[in-house]
Amino acid sequence: MTIGVHDRGGTISTAANLPTRRLYRPRDRRIIAGVAAGLAEHLGLPLLAVRIALVVLLGFSGLGLLLYAAFWAVLPQQIPTGQTPTRRDFGALLPFGAIGLGVVLLQTLLFRDSVAGTVGWLIAVVAVGAGIIWHQSDPTRRGQWGDTLPQTPWLAAVVAESDRRSFLFRFIGGGVLVATGIIGVVAVYAPTGNLTSVLNGVIFAVVGLLGVGVVAAPLLWRMFNQLRTEREGRIREQERAELAAMIHDQVLHTLALIQRNSADIKEVQRLARGQERSLRNWLYKPTASDTERFAAALEQAAAEVEDTYAITVETVVVGDTECDERVAALVAAAREALVNAARHAGVQTVSLYAEVEADELSVFVRDRGAGFDLSGVEDSRHGVRGSIIGRMKRHGGRAAIRSAPGEGTEVRLTLPTARDSMTAGKETAR
Amino acid sequence: MNESMGNEEGRRLTVFLVDDHAMFRAGVRAELGAHVDVVGEASSVAEAVSKIAATGPDVVLLDVHMPDGGGRAVLDAMRRTHPQVRFLALSVSDAAEDVIGLIRAGARGYVTKTISPEELAAAIRRVADGDAVFSPRLAGFVLDAFASRPDVPVADPELDQLTNREREVLRLLARGYAYKEIAKELFISIKTVETHVSNVLRKLQMSNRYELSRWAADRRLV
Repeated sequence: MTIGVHDRGGTISTAANLPTRRLYRPRDRRIIAGVAAGLAEHLGLPLLAVRIALVVLLGFSGLGLLLYAAFWAVLPQQIPTGQTPTRRDFGALLPFGAIGLGVVLLQTLLFRDSVAGTVGWLIAVVAVGAGIIWHQSDPTRRGQWGDTLPQTPWLAAVVAESDRRSFLFRFIGGGVLVATGIIGVVAVYAPTGNLTSVLNGVIFAVVGLLGVGVVAAPLLWRMFNQLRTEREGRIREQERAELAAMIHDQVLHTLALIQRNSADIKEVQRLARGQERSLRNWLYKPTASDTERFAAALEQAAAEVEDTYAITVETVVVGDTECDERVAALVAAAREALVNAARHAGVQTVSLYAEVEADELSVFVRDRGAGFDLSGVEDSRHGVRGSIIGRMKRHGGRAAIRSAPGEGTEVRLTLPTARDSMTAGKETAR
Repeated sequence: MNESMGNEEGRRLTVFLVDDHAMFRAGVRAELGAHVDVVGEASSVAEAVSKIAATGPDVVLLDVHMPDGGGRAVLDAMRRTHPQVRFLALSVSDAAEDVIGLIRAGARGYVTKTISPEELAAAIRRVADGDAVFSPRLAGFVLDAFASRPDVPVADPELDQLTNREREVLRLLARGYAYKEIAKELFISIKTVETHVSNVLRKLQMSNRYELSRWAADRRLV
């Protein structure tokens, strides 16, 4: 299978940037930590075979466990793909646990009193404990701490993170495992295995652990800080790159086009206006889908007319509502009115005003252009009759046109609202 | 609206330009030369404050976005000491928080930089006469901000609500009507239209409606 390598820098991986087969622990098929799944995927072996192999290897002085712990510690976790990983199914652990138990039993029956075997087991326990601790200081987790706790010392991170309890639990659990393992090794090799020396061993081990923690803490903290600054730098760099890309793709392109078309005033205006609109959107507005919101749909229609006919549409929309079939028809009629104004009025600017009221939506399209004699509309201007008046009538609305030669034209479209499609804010207004 | 320009009072209006783009200042100066006297220009807040105090123009054309606090800083510095100077905000930005913020700081009008020279001259004349100038988009913002919402209690009906007539005037402004056309449409005099718009401006500056304070507070300065 191919796994899209998602570059954390934010650039989209292209087809040429094919996935390298990196070894990692997938989140979606794990039983414990996903080591077996990762290995299986990397080696191209069936997952079940890898799991069974690991369990059987348990028999060889706990080699399976040792391997597992080592891989767990070293392999990075798969970068989250966005979808939440399936929850671990601990039930699936049961058969492997049973097999493992069987193997271990068999082994103890065959090689009784094997000192080397016991030591191997203990080392495996140490490795698992270390793996758990190491896992807690996974770089991504360190980054998270750095984000949420910019000032607190490293140890405070332990108790202030949201999943601090599980962290503490695992940290202490890991520590206990390591300590137990060490003590076990000491106990096995101790010439006289009495209780006091074991107790002393425990105390020594705990003190040793604490010492290591104290010594390592400042170092770790410095490392976290470094990680955090790196991360911030990367974010800044990313923003800069995005801005540069936008300017390059759009603004420079438009400027080049303007230079090439400098003789054609209409074309220059069209280019400049289009670029202005897109920059404005980029700077000020969260883009709404033009199929969902009335205002966005109208603005989109106005933008299309601006682009096609090289005019300026002064768009003012008061209030907003959701787009349904009837509202879409209103927008289409408004667009037709804009097109008519652009084609026939002979002016540079057309005003588009829309207001969402409690009981109706109204749209006004107005120009100060040539105007026309209304009595001549029937025959010569089919667009007005069919696309504007007819369309509004079909959807329960009205269209009124006011015009006279030389006095410009105003098209007024109204559509009574269906109550349920109103936005909450305007529901009971006025 | 052309007849309302020119020498109504027998003298040409004095105008001061504040904008950090020299090219834009030169363009406006050339365009306005036929209609008004441009008595000075400034490219920064500090320069504007000292030069406006020295020249005492009728109207200051004020850019919204400038380093060191923008048009808002100039307004804050000048409003108390020079109440006779009128300010008309001029910007490329259509963002509500820019527009409302400037108006609430004391500007008597707002137009976008794409306005034609004739319309700009008319707007300057109107502001100099003590009236208000609303671009269609500003009229739209005001309608939006003063839309009656049932969940918002009205603290001061005189300030926090628009009359029906004011609403009508604003709607026509937003539809692209000139004052003269509005007067004709509503069968009232131009002077009455101007009074309505000035009243709206006062409400816009004084009202404590939530939408207004939010927009004013959100205002970003680039």
